[in-house]
Amino acid sequence: MTATQFQPSAMEGRAMSTQRLLRMGFLAVTLLLLIPTFLILGVLIFEGGPGLTWEFLTAKPRDNGASGGIATALVGTIWLTTTALVLALPLGVAAAIYLSEYARDNWLTRTINIAIVNLAGVPSIVHALFGVGAFVYFMQFGKSILAAGATLAVMTLPVVIVSTRESMQAVPQAFRDACWNMGATRWQTIWRIVLPNSGSGILTGLILVVCRAVGETAPIMFTGAVFLRQLYPDSVFDKCMALSLHLFNVSTQVKDVPAHIPFSVALLLVLVVLSMNSVAIYFRMKLRGTKKW
Amino acid sequence: MQAKSSAPSPAPKLVDDKQPAWAKSLDVRDSAWRTDLIARVAVLIGGVSAILFIAAIFIFIGTQGMEFMWNRLSLTELLFGERWDPTIENPTYGALPLIMGTAWITLVAMVVAVPLAFAAAVYVGEFAQGKQREWLKIGIEFLAAIPSVVWGVIGFLVMRPIIEDLFDLQVGLTVLNAGIILGLMAAPIIATIAEDALKAVPDSYREAAESLGATRWQVIWRVVLPHARPGLSAAVLLGVGRAFGETIAVLMASGHMLQVPSSIFDSAATLTATVAAELGEAAVGGDHYQVLFVLGLLLFLITFCINLIADRIVRGRRSTS
Repeated sequence: MTATQFQPSAMEGRAMSTQRLLRMGFLAVTLLLLIPTFLILGVLIFEGGPGLTWEFLTAKPRDNGASGGIATALVGTIWLTTTALVLALPLGVAAAIYLSEYARDNWLTRTINIAIVNLAGVPSIVHALFGVGAFVYFMQFGKSILAAGATLAVMTLPVVIVSTRESMQAVPQAFRDACWNMGATRWQTIWRIVLPNSGSGILTGLILVVCRAVGETAPIMFTGAVFLRQLYPDSVFDKCMALSLHLFNVSTQVKDVPAHIPFSVALLLVLVVLSMNSVAIYFRMKLRGTKKW
Repeated sequence: MQAKSSAPSPAPKLVDDKQPAWAKSLDVRDSAWRTDLIARVAVLIGGVSAILFIAAIFIFIGTQGMEFMWNRLSLTELLFGERWDPTIENPTYGALPLIMGTAWITLVAMVVAVPLAFAAAVYVGEFAQGKQREWLKIGIEFLAAIPSVVWGVIGFLVMRPIIEDLFDLQVGLTVLNAGIILGLMAAPIIATIAEDALKAVPDSYREAAESLGATRWQVIWRVVLPHARPGLSAAVLLGVGRAFGETIAVLMASGHMLQVPSSIFDSAATLTATVAAELGEAAVGGDHYQVLFVLGLLLFLITFCINLIADRIVRGRRSTS
């Protein structure tokens, strides 16, 4: 029997070309969605790239931000982000451990899951109102890095929980069984076996918290970040400037700002966020390549 | 527990009263046992913290605006009053311009986002393969990562002149501008959740349709999309929640004009942007301050409902398939 090439009929040929057309159409729309990222990056590099110099990063702002650099805003953002991380990471990892290792399928677990989904969906300005009511006035932190960092921590908590929980659930049950059979307690199993094997998830959570904390404006503008401050913060009870709020101010509030300054600050923010995201994606891919269970 | 229910005869005595010394030594409350107990409690506190925070948000925002809401605010004025003028001598708190502004901008955002996001989800989920698929997903992730204040700058400095030239307008900070910006911000979220919904359709359905001679498109249109419909509507809902709750980008791109917009070329103000713009200047504890918390409570309750419904839809689908 000789193998004859399968020949599609005329109608099938037409259907095939329709298929190809459809496929191309969908690809085109998908690319249309992705073009803005590159367009934005292009515009920011073109308009703000030349202004993003070492002096700009290390000089303090003058004339309400219309000249000088962004040093205090940069340092303020680092303070805020670190505070948010210190508060959100332990709590988030603890919650993830509970949900992945202890929780059964009962009403408490379901309520926690609903709470996580809702916490992630609450508008950022509502988090700001919560921060004002709870941290600034009720706990009497005042307008401070601590209050703003705590507000950011509450907002980013779901991110830590979800990414850590996912990587902990990916650790095979057999690892735990083996450990229990050796007589280890539940905590010893988690501490020695589960956590070390889900480090990438915790790291991804950490990176995503940094991305959110660096970019958010509304939650910090009433809880700790200020319009202008020439001093570097000394403790978490100081106020500070922040890159995101500074960007909002130099683009909308301050008059006679040189055109490149908002673009330079925006470019810095986007570069930080995209490079952090790239690191997270790299870890995820590397993990998928090396671990085979 | 299992052993107890499966054995009708008296349960075998596992631990003898006269157990040898080595058996006793296995069951001591040593430091490892105490660490385990402490860890269990600590981790439970972490787990419950999400519930505590949601409850705290509700309580703190509710109580801040409570006194004004019960005593001096008429709900009809808040929801249907057309004048939002909190700083004059006899302030009026009619939030209709804000509600309509939010509705218009969210609607435009969805008109922009849903077709783009669904097309991207179908392409990434059903057509693309291998490396191309990975790269497209990374691209969508990058789009989602751009901070909202940067989107605001794009709307305020880049889109404004373009819209002014294109449509011959005096002010380019309009419902259209804010809608496009919010649409692009919401699209990656909708696309990701929609792709998850498509992925949840079992492959056997696709194989069955293909074996009947259906083309790829027929499989998608007749089999995959109808089956994924609940997940797709959840995706749109969560996109609405995202667009609705966005603050800084919309404050910068919408022009923040306190009026009921009559077309997409009008400036508008949203609920979120109004809170952000006015909270700084309102006297703490005053009527104006309190009414902003009432708006916050409204925002919280609406997003809470959206998220709850979306969660229900997604969960319902999972339990049936």
